Amino acid sequence: MALRDYDFGTPPSQSDKMVTLEIDGFSVTVPEGTSVLRAAASIGIHIPKLCATDSLEPFGSCRLCLVQIEGGRGLPASCTTPVAEGMKVCTQNERLAKVRRGVMELYISDHPLDCLTCSANGNCELQDMAGAVGLREVRYGYEGENHLKAEKDTSNPYFAFDPAKCIVCSRCVRACEETQGTFALTLDGRGFDSKVSPGQNQSFMESECVSCGACVQACPTATLMEKTVIEKGQPEHSIVTTCAYCGVGCSFKAEMKGTEVVRMVPNKDGHANHGHSCVKGRFAFGYATHKDRITAPMIRKSIHDPWRVVSWEEAINYAAAEFKRIQAKYGRYSVGALTSSRCTNEETYLVQKLVRAAFGNNNVDTCARVCHSPTGYGLKQTLGESAGTQAFDSVMKADVIMVIGANPTDGHPVFGSIMKRRIREGAKLIVADPRDIDLVKSPHVKADYHLKLRPGTNVALINAMAHVIVTQGLANDAFAMERCEPASYEKWKAFVSEERNSPEATEAITGVPAETVRAAALLYATGGNAAIYYGLGVTEHSQGSTTVIGIANLAMATGNIGREGVGVNPLRGQNNVQGSCDMGSFPHEFPGYRHVSDFETRSQFESAWGVTLEAEPGLRIPNMFGAALDGSFKGLYCEGEDIAQSDPDTQHVHAALRAMECVVVQDLFLNETAKFAHVFLPGASFLEKNGTFTNAERRISPVRKVMPPLAGYEDWEVTQMLSNALGYPMNYSHPSEIMDEIARLVPAFAGVSYEKLDRLGSIQWPCNEKAPNGTPTMHVDQFVRGKGRFMLTEYVPTQERTSSRYPLILTTGRILSQYNVGAQTRRTMNSVWHSEDRLEIHPHDAEQRGINDGDWVGIKSRSGETVLRATLTERVQPGVVYTTFHFPESGANVITTDNSDWATNCPEYKVTAVQVTKVTEPSEWQRQYRQFSEEQRALLEQRSSAAG
Amino acid sequence: MNIENLVKMANDIGNFFSAEPDRTVAVHGIADHIRRFWDPRMRKAIIAHNREGGVGLNELPRAAIAELDNEATLLREAGDG
Repeated sequence: MALRDYDFGTPPSQSDKMVTLEIDGFSVTVPEGTSVLRAAASIGIHIPKLCATDSLEPFGSCRLCLVQIEGGRGLPASCTTPVAEGMKVCTQNERLAKVRRGVMELYISDHPLDCLTCSANGNCELQDMAGAVGLREVRYGYEGENHLKAEKDTSNPYFAFDPAKCIVCSRCVRACEETQGTFALTLDGRGFDSKVSPGQNQSFMESECVSCGACVQACPTATLMEKTVIEKGQPEHSIVTTCAYCGVGCSFKAEMKGTEVVRMVPNKDGHANHGHSCVKGRFAFGYATHKDRITAPMIRKSIHDPWRVVSWEEAINYAAAEFKRIQAKYGRYSVGALTSSRCTNEETYLVQKLVRAAFGNNNVDTCARVCHSPTGYGLKQTLGESAGTQAFDSVMKADVIMVIGANPTDGHPVFGSIMKRRIREGAKLIVADPRDIDLVKSPHVKADYHLKLRPGTNVALINAMAHVIVTQGLANDAFAMERCEPASYEKWKAFVSEERNSPEATEAITGVPAETVRAAALLYATGGNAAIYYGLGVTEHSQGSTTVIGIANLAMATGNIGREGVGVNPLRGQNNVQGSCDMGSFPHEFPGYRHVSDFETRSQFESAWGVTLEAEPGLRIPNMFGAALDGSFKGLYCEGEDIAQSDPDTQHVHAALRAMECVVVQDLFLNETAKFAHVFLPGASFLEKNGTFTNAERRISPVRKVMPPLAGYEDWEVTQMLSNALGYPMNYSHPSEIMDEIARLVPAFAGVSYEKLDRLGSIQWPCNEKAPNGTPTMHVDQFVRGKGRFMLTEYVPTQERTSSRYPLILTTGRILSQYNVGAQTRRTMNSVWHSEDRLEIHPHDAEQRGINDGDWVGIKSRSGETVLRATLTERVQPGVVYTTFHFPESGANVITTDNSDWATNCPEYKVTAVQVTKVTEPSEWQRQYRQFSEEQRALLEQRSSAAG
Repeated sequence: MNIENLVKMANDIGNFFSAEPDRTVAVHGIADHIRRFWDPRMRKAIIAHNREGGVGLNELPRAAIAELDNEATLLREAGDG
């Protein structure tokens, strides 16, 4: 893969009308609206340029890309000059050369001549342009006023800003505005005094900069440069792979020196991210080589024994023997496994295959259980497929965007930037969220309606919107009657029309003024293409599935489904939530969302796998814990997941883990779950293996090995070894063979292969004979289930009620810089931005309790108590407190309860009744946690000495 | 399995289907949901609890579990190896 992308200078034109012109005597035909600079580049004519790049709109400031146009006056900038029919352009002549040299001379007269020791040496556009224009002397000297002693800003942990090298081309400023949409950078001052300034003459760390890296990527010199490049030098080769963080699934070029990653650069050709990135994917990859990585297998009899480092063979055989012993003693159904959304498709497929074929039961589940399982259920029931309906790019055709229970700028930042771009272009925005998330009001983005509802009342709100749409005659009856089951539609209309579902009746429940709900519903139904985006604020409730169903009902009733710009869009939390579900990680479904009781499907898998398969559903994660505590579940194989930290009601989870006789953890680090493990199998990071991830838009993207696995094996190989030791043979030699098997068994993947992925870059399933290159938009002519199905969505208040003892509602979420349980991001410099979980509390609630900003506060629920520091903010409404869950010692899940979604058991993380009081010391749980963690750390240290 | 938890889960499912005006459809819906998503040991436990009076179970899930009871002979013995 080429290290440097071909740069066309300006973005492509979307026009269908073609224009033919002549450039340096060559005829070229391009879409109308194309710049002369891009038209020339398209036929290999490189006009010198500095301020232009094809990821940004043209600016016309550097005066290098001047051209001469026959019949035209002066020397126009080719970046801002659109092509015209019959135009004749000259890009090189004496006059142009003289002007360009003069321009370059001025640039270089205020630029340090330290090329040989500069970090951009070998990859500097200024250097290239000096060569291109034939600059041989600089007549002005360095005696006059200049910027060469401007102070460096190294405040950002990942990149440095050296204003002495800045040519004020404004690419960084424009990237921050156009690509990222944060507007953290400005050009301060005028003329010679103008300079790039983060915030208001602040350092990068003090400014609003979110460290997405767009400015660094746009910079043509060494002004903004990754510290890793400054330290290690320019990379020598690159490999395209897929980010292992959130559900956006950004494509990256891992730029390498040998087997060392120098930097991760967002792939301009990436279909999900189009060359953009966030602080996690772009910079937070150092965890892969962190000193905490465990790279040798370990076993122990009891969790209070020191770990014993053993060979792979001994560890695998020990684990297999333990599972066999447990099954012989307690029965076939006494063991199971967990996959993770942090694993590849091929890995999760193998784990569920191992459970079904080698364990002989269906006790397999995945972490989607605790995030988007209601999406799988709700969308399958209504639309017929457990997946979002659109491609990310679809948002650029939306006229109305409704965001409910999601915080894209923090949770899915690259998609958040795309969404903000569309809003800046004029799309209307409805936000339904208890908090003032950034989308409610940020530079050049303002929600038209913020439905600031009480946590736990999503269903009442959605029903109220449906009530307005139906009773005001705003529904698209023609669409609903033709595309959906008429009887279910009529029944649903009658249900939502009931007065108790009106905005006036639900106002007391949701806290959202009726007139605001009415206005938002009117906008959603009549504002043109309307798209709903939702996240865990929808799913992680006792009525998570009901809200998903309600959202699908709204989309069907208004005809906002089946074309670009509309749809139902779950923003998946982790990179491979969609994929892990697709691959049959749920205990009731085979790969491809087909129930285990379905005879035909089961027979197909039995035939392919050569075993008889169980027809009854297995245990879901919380059921596994319950069964462990009642003694019927004794052994767990846990790959890539950290249930001891991420799952609710921590004490219950820890008790269940302690009750098991064999816990096998396959992971990068000794995570919280591994502290309860008997076998530790070292995992491989996404940089160390081949496979695929499937993002929130059903896009299957390749994960490519850029360095050898530190522990010697890719994760799929470890699962294969375990299966073989259990007596069920697996003999794959490469993950592509696993994908070939998936393609044979899962209809929606029938046309997927590694060869095709290499060719197309990525594929959105379904990919089959009917759609050989994939399916960006689903349900176009008909729903996957045939007719769409409306379902009744009765609002049922959560049983987690506030009371005089627990008067506040705690809700949880995530932050931009940290990821999930933090196992990866806590081991990077991202902790500079977020080094602890804090409790956000409204100043009014804080004052009542005598709490000041930064005070330690105890948060007590019916489940438990923990202690965090308080942040006073009006982002949360009175009566609601909020925290993140990225640090294990925070014990956020000590407080959360075992309430869960009625359909899927997805935990109700978003609603916990609590009391908050000022305290001076950690909670009892935190004291015990520290003690246990120290014991486990010591046992790990003893492993080191045992290994010599 | 903790029977209180199973009762709560069954009632939660029942609450969703309670909006359905046709009682038969609602009862079938609850039964089908439990059949398709609950591990047999959980179904066995709730059926046994229902046979013993079904303390805590609401009316609709109780009827649904009675429907499942008729199929109970089909359930494998959990933990039988």
